[in-house]
Amino acid sequence: MPVNAKAVGKQYEPVQYAVGREKIREYARAVGETNPLHLDVEAARAAGYADVVAPPMFAVVFSAPAVGPPIFDPEIELNFAMMVHGAQEFVWGPPVVAGDEITTTASVKDISEADGRGYYVFESISTNQRGEQVCRGIWTNIVRGV
Amino acid sequence: MSNLQAGQPIPEVRVTPDKYLTNRYAGASGDFNPIHIDEEFAKMVGLPGRILHGLWTMAQVARAQTDAAGGPEHLKRLSVQFRGMGVPEQEVVVTGTVREISGGHAIVDTVAEQAGKQIIRNAEAELEL
Repeated sequence: MPVNAKAVGKQYEPVQYAVGREKIREYARAVGETNPLHLDVEAARAAGYADVVAPPMFAVVFSAPAVGPPIFDPEIELNFAMMVHGAQEFVWGPPVVAGDEITTTASVKDISEADGRGYYVFESISTNQRGEQVCRGIWTNIVRGV
Repeated sequence: MSNLQAGQPIPEVRVTPDKYLTNRYAGASGDFNPIHIDEEFAKMVGLPGRILHGLWTMAQVARAQTDAAGGPEHLKRLSVQFRGMGVPEQEVVVTGTVREISGGHAIVDTVAEQAGKQIIRNAEAELEL
């Protein structure tokens, strides 16, 4: 069955995320971060930040919820049971700190097929409350046996 | 500030995810896919057991870059390919080499291995110096 590429270019509803201080600490501890910027408010303020700084990969926490709807969009017909996360790219802007309000919009960047595999590429664009782009994500999911 | 030089390695990151790491990362990240937290489910779908979240392993690759560059604000881009699967209770080793430095940016080629197999390969980081 060939992949269905009709949805390329489709955009989804924005997803809001309020960045919490304890969520940053919880994430930082789970990934083994020891830099006090992520854990200690005073250290973060001494370095010129308003609050604790999110590790760059915290982008997953605020942007992954926006990528769920395209993965499960019936128009895309992605076979989730056969999906693996093939590749990931993030491009970062200004650091995210506790108290930020992040808005993420996901879209379908590309759908293609090669050697019996489907490649579903989604893009997420995340901006903060000042309209600055804090992260762009490129999510490549591979579906075996299309 | 960092002392990165073209052709030189960045300091390794070595970390052994403990037995319960995938549970903590699931809670921290919001990714509760049962292949990461449920041993029986993972085996039922043909895996050796619970596997690491690829994005946790990518976070170890990111940490190697930010530690090398002197802080989180230096990492401007990271792209990775996931291959195979990582498992808990085995050491993950992140290595990298500075490919070039120009215009105040360093490009680092980097990988993550476990038991001698690359679980993240062809990764490229861009660091603002």
